[in-house]
Amino acid sequence: MHPEGRRNEQGIRIDPEAEAEHPPERTILSALVKNEPGVLAEVSGLFSRRQFNIESLTVGTTIDDDLSRMTIAIEEPRPGIDQAKKQLEKQIPVVSVRELDTDAVQRELVILKVNGQEPDKVQAVTEMYDGETLDAGPRTITVQLTGNEQKIDDAIDAYEQFGIRELVRTGYAALARGEAPTAQVKQPNTAPTDAQVATQEVSDD
Amino acid sequence: MSERASVPKEDEESAEADEAEAETTESAVETGAEAVVAALENADVEYLFGVTGGAIMPVYDALYEHEEMTHITMAHEQGAAHAADAYGIVTGDPGVCMATSGPGATNLVTGIADASMDSDPLIALTGQVPTDFVGNDAFQETDTIGVTQPVTKYNIFAEDADTVGDDVGEAFALADEGRQGPTLVDLPKDVTKGETDQQPGTPQTPDTYNPPEEADEVIVQAAVEALADADRPVILAGGGVIKGEACDELRQFAREYDVPVITTMPGTGAFPEDEDLSMGIAGMHGTGFANLAISNTDFMLAVGTRFDDRLTGDIETFAPDAEIAHVDIDPAEISKNVQADYPLVGDAKRVIRQLDDALPAAPDADEWLETCDRWKDEYPLDYETPEDEPIKPQYVVEKYDELTPDDTIVCAGVGQHQMWAWQYWTYTEPRTWVTSHGLGTMGYAVPAAIGAKLAAPEKEVVAFDGDGSFLMTGQELSVAVRENLNITIVVLNNEAVGMVRQWQDGFYEGRRMASEYPWIPQFDKLAEAYGAQGLRVEDYDDVEETIQEAREYDGPSVIDAIIDPSENVYPMVPSGGDNARFALNEQHLEDI
Ligand SMILES: Cc1ncc(C[n+]2csc(CCOP(=O)(O)OP(=O)(O)O)c2C)c(N)n1
Repeated sequence: MHPEGRRNEQGIRIDPEAEAEHPPERTILSALVKNEPGVLAEVSGLFSRRQFNIESLTVGTTIDDDLSRMTIAIEEPRPGIDQAKKQLEKQIPVVSVRELDTDAVQRELVILKVNGQEPDKVQAVTEMYDGETLDAGPRTITVQLTGNEQKIDDAIDAYEQFGIRELVRTGYAALARGEAPTAQVKQPNTAPTDAQVATQEVSDD
Repeated sequence: MSERASVPKEDEESAEADEAEAETTESAVETGAEAVVAALENADVEYLFGVTGGAIMPVYDALYEHEEMTHITMAHEQGAAHAADAYGIVTGDPGVCMATSGPGATNLVTGIADASMDSDPLIALTGQVPTDFVGNDAFQETDTIGVTQPVTKYNIFAEDADTVGDDVGEAFALADEGRQGPTLVDLPKDVTKGETDQQPGTPQTPDTYNPPEEADEVIVQAAVEALADADRPVILAGGGVIKGEACDELRQFAREYDVPVITTMPGTGAFPEDEDLSMGIAGMHGTGFANLAISNTDFMLAVGTRFDDRLTGDIETFAPDAEIAHVDIDPAEISKNVQADYPLVGDAKRVIRQLDDALPAAPDADEWLETCDRWKDEYPLDYETPEDEPIKPQYVVEKYDELTPDDTIVCAGVGQHQMWAWQYWTYTEPRTWVTSHGLGTMGYAVPAAIGAKLAAPEKEVVAFDGDGSFLMTGQELSVAVRENLNITIVVLNNEAVGMVRQWQDGFYEGRRMASEYPWIPQFDKLAEAYGAQGLRVEDYDDVEETIQEAREYDGPSVIDAIIDPSENVYPMVPSGGDNARFALNEQHLEDI
């Protein structure tokens, strides 16, 4: 009945039968934030001072003029992800936060500039990855690609044979799949997500 | 958690009548600065602590005719922030500090960071260069919003004279509601000088801010079942119990179900230390019996604590056998440092009531209570009291406690003296222990005593300070003299930054680099130069009399108490150590 074993450095009891270590996971947090000056600095400052590992952070407008959406790809052990989510929710201009399921629709855009000596071959690679040529000259060709991380990484590998001069990646944009809302404006006095999660934990065992 | 800011004060009719009256008796708002002042008035602000300067002058000017608010000019903005912070701790309502742009604002930062670590309700109003100059490195321009972002609950750059009053109201409400904390409004001069007729409304949090109230019933149920089953239960009461005005509920709960109560440093006073069920104070310099109770409990009900490392020591050895139910209003505190088996997100007062309603029976813990009593007998707080001088600092603290009423407010700086003031004073009331916990800010005591005294003029206020700490903010004594405040500052003078010296002796082979202060002034003489009463005590026989002299004096007194410089703070759990392994003296420390 009473717990056995010690806690680990993260303050979590080491269950002798389960995995003691929490390996880093990659996940995407989507946040609706009030469109006010300084929010981006606030959120990026939060992640850096609490040492959360951000892979990418994008921000843009939404259908509601008062709100922006931030999409943050992070890599952290599970307790870190939960903590990041809660710290984010705690910021006053942050209206709501959701961690997206792994099957969420997610895309990144990359623009890359390669040497233009072999235009036909470059064109073939671009077609293979459903890319688009944005600019072509005698010395350089600039293309655009979209996709998930894996596809973009593969494409970059493929272009490397021509010599990549420069590239830019936008970071992730993502929405939940199907009818599930990505991150919604909270109704006043809804129970905190933490309690909901905890309810499951308690009733599971 | 005062209800002042959130609850509409009267019914609509009388509110209307009030409004009509306001219109006839008071001039309507005409400038942004007047709107700022009107917002403070709406929040029933009594005192403002600050230092004026160019960019904040319009706000000061608007205060000129407001006699219901008293501005206390401090010697340094850090003092203003600490005084306002202490005012907030003692009253429960946000204290207000103000400063000009640039250096005025940066001088506030230590005090704001201090409030942030301790979740103290505080609002800071800072002047800023006119909006057109922002970003151009104008005279006395600092990016105050950027600088204070990590140390505020929220900060607002005021953009418009029409909305600045509501910005201040919002900052006030946010400092007060939910988990309390510091907020800041940066006030560009063109905004405060700008014209407006917008009378600010009642202070209000944004509609998206909804602090949790009641904890999930399913978890409450699971938690009380575990508590009822426990053999060795404890309650760990943190600062959130006091901030959440939940002391009565917690006391009643503990007494009804016979659960021993340990307090954290900020939780000191949440439960009377002279009651049998009190297991005292826990952590690095907590009592041995409290730390043993933590190390041996099998069920911990932790309320309003963030499991700071000075409390937990090595996380891996913290309460190793316990299931932990953690009550906190801030979901982000749950499982941040120590995983909660029963996360109870909600307002402390309400959640304790929920637990009380749900608990089927008191845990059967007679044996445990006996063990706890035994530990109290075995490991009492103790120091050697030789007949001869130099005076032991603990004696001064105990004596002062003995001579003063129970509701006396004790302020402290940071260092050994703070630990003695914590350990050797018996706290029985909330909001009587006023110090810098999380940030550990030397220099907190003197300005804090000023804020505390203004917050509770009917209570006695004493500040225990170190010689090093006093040197950092002692100039605020001039303010106490000007305001004729009956406060006593006891400098436990060991001619050293003693806490650092203790660590050097314990962990750095006695290499006392930069920790000895043989060059300090005579504090009694210094006090006299400020116009305060200066007293000096070196003999045991004079301690009581000197304290009485200070207490009876009309105005501030400083007692320069020459204490044994070799005295150290024990018990001690070395940093990052196991709470069950505390040292009671130097020899012990070597063995750990
Ligand atoms: C502003 C600040 N600077 C430095 C420290 C580091 N520090 C912690 S305790 C301490 C010694 C404090 O000396 P004093 O005020 O004389 O008190 P004592 O320990 O001698 O009682 C120091 C330097 C601190 N806590 N705060």
